[in-house]
Amino acid sequence: MTFFLITSAIKIVIVFTATMVGVAFLTYVERRVCAWMQDRLGPNRVGPQGLLQPAADGLKNLLKEETLPAQADKLLFILAPMISFIPALMTFAVIPFGAPLPTKWGDVPLVVADLPVGFLYILAISSLGVYGITLAGWSSNNKYALLGGLRASAQMISYEIALGMSTVAVLLLSGNVRLSDVIARQASAWPVTWNVFPLGLAFLIFLISAFAETNRLPFDLAEAEGELVAGYHTEYSAMKFSMFYIAEYASMVTQSALVTTLFFGGWDIPFTTWDNTPPFTVWKTLATVVAFTLKVACFLFLYIWVRWTLPRFRYDQLMALGWKVMLPFALIYLTLIASAIWFLHAQLGWEYDARFAATLFGLNLILGVFVFFVLDRGRIVSGSVVRERA
Amino acid sequence: MPIGVKIMKRPQAETSYLRATLKGMWLTFRHLFRPKVTMQYPEQRSTPDWSISQRWRGTHRMLTDEQGRAKCVACGLCPQICPANCIKLVPGEDEEGHRYPLIYEIDEFRCVFCGYCQEVCPEEAIHVGVHYENSEYSRDRFVYDLERLCAQTHPVSTLWDPSDPKGE
Repeated sequence: MTFFLITSAIKIVIVFTATMVGVAFLTYVERRVCAWMQDRLGPNRVGPQGLLQPAADGLKNLLKEETLPAQADKLLFILAPMISFIPALMTFAVIPFGAPLPTKWGDVPLVVADLPVGFLYILAISSLGVYGITLAGWSSNNKYALLGGLRASAQMISYEIALGMSTVAVLLLSGNVRLSDVIARQASAWPVTWNVFPLGLAFLIFLISAFAETNRLPFDLAEAEGELVAGYHTEYSAMKFSMFYIAEYASMVTQSALVTTLFFGGWDIPFTTWDNTPPFTVWKTLATVVAFTLKVACFLFLYIWVRWTLPRFRYDQLMALGWKVMLPFALIYLTLIASAIWFLHAQLGWEYDARFAATLFGLNLILGVFVFFVLDRGRIVSGSVVRERA
Repeated sequence: MPIGVKIMKRPQAETSYLRATLKGMWLTFRHLFRPKVTMQYPEQRSTPDWSISQRWRGTHRMLTDEQGRAKCVACGLCPQICPANCIKLVPGEDEEGHRYPLIYEIDEFRCVFCGYCQEVCPEEAIHVGVHYENSEYSRDRFVYDLERLCAQTHPVSTLWDPSDPKGE
């Protein structure tokens, strides 16, 4: 018991520190990558190659004046940044980030809390973050902030469903909601058993919903500078503003970690079973942690990459995409995958292995062609085009 | 459809979002490795494809003769032609009858940098210069007196020559 408490405390500190340092670094990477994509250099003055820029920004935000609008609901106004900040950091608790670490007193699983309901916990906590945004918008007593808050809540409701639907497919395949079991199911000699192959389109739906959940472009309607000044954080300044910023980046880190866990085998190193088989050593643990970090970093880059590529959706496009495309598509896909799993498992009696995964991958390829060459003819998101009448 | 949306005459069958997104991402990815256009200003003041023009009209400069005196003869043409009225000139005369400026001040804040003073000057004394970094801690430091105008060392600007319009 003492051992459990001590290791848990250490793990909490490590995860918290890693996330916060990651967030600080991410703000810098975002600005550098954005600049490179626009043929600029980006911040490179503070420290070597501008690496101390996050520290300078943090210091500035600590020293700036905290504004408090006279008309604002003071309690909620102060509470809102915390409400969006805390869930963003809490979500990481159930994500396993490495192979068990052997110590003198026994193996330590590298996850803060390996909850049996791990995945449900994530769905529950990550959607709490929107309360912070909505309350910030409401308590500011500002029309732009209120509109931003409203948009955030509408968006969250619309995409949470598609997000949940896409993960049901993962849970069908792994038969468990405990995230360490989801990872164990994906681990094999060949990465074809990573869920991204047998469930490629679920991955696509999950990814798009994850962008919407984190309020990142092209789904950043809640802060939409051009339309709503700065949306829900119009009235915020200094550290309170910074908290929203940190919350956004922290939830990006968490969502990337989640995509990695659910679809890319978590800390599994591809092309070898060396990392999944006991006895575990310290080096093995370190290697898996590095593998996990690299995978997460790739997704974080994807977030930044998409942000500096796509323009923002119009509000009606956002709603149409969420309700008319993503939700029915996720439902149909779920039905098809469930039937396929039932057929392969119950009728043909296959166990889950590379052959099973490859068969499902084939099914996904066929569906993928349908999505990319039939649905994507103006049926996913249409701009202002002339609609053909039947 | 919201009011005021421009409708393109484009058939729906030619539109795409997912594939267009991938195409766009490929474009932004290639831009990651393009040469950057940023000029690192304080360290780097010109690049092979950008340098300040020889005809740039910036901070004024008064040229001096061999004895270090201002070439100005206080003829009064520059305050006369100055459209912004930024030149203050009080003429004086020594025992030998040489005219010289007692006070010669240019208010750089009022100046519109038209370069007429340089054009009109019969002695080629006052010039506008190829120089643009003027920062001071107070506004009155921007009124340049004669001593300060003579102390400037930057190159003077080349006037536009009608027979050689491109400056070659």
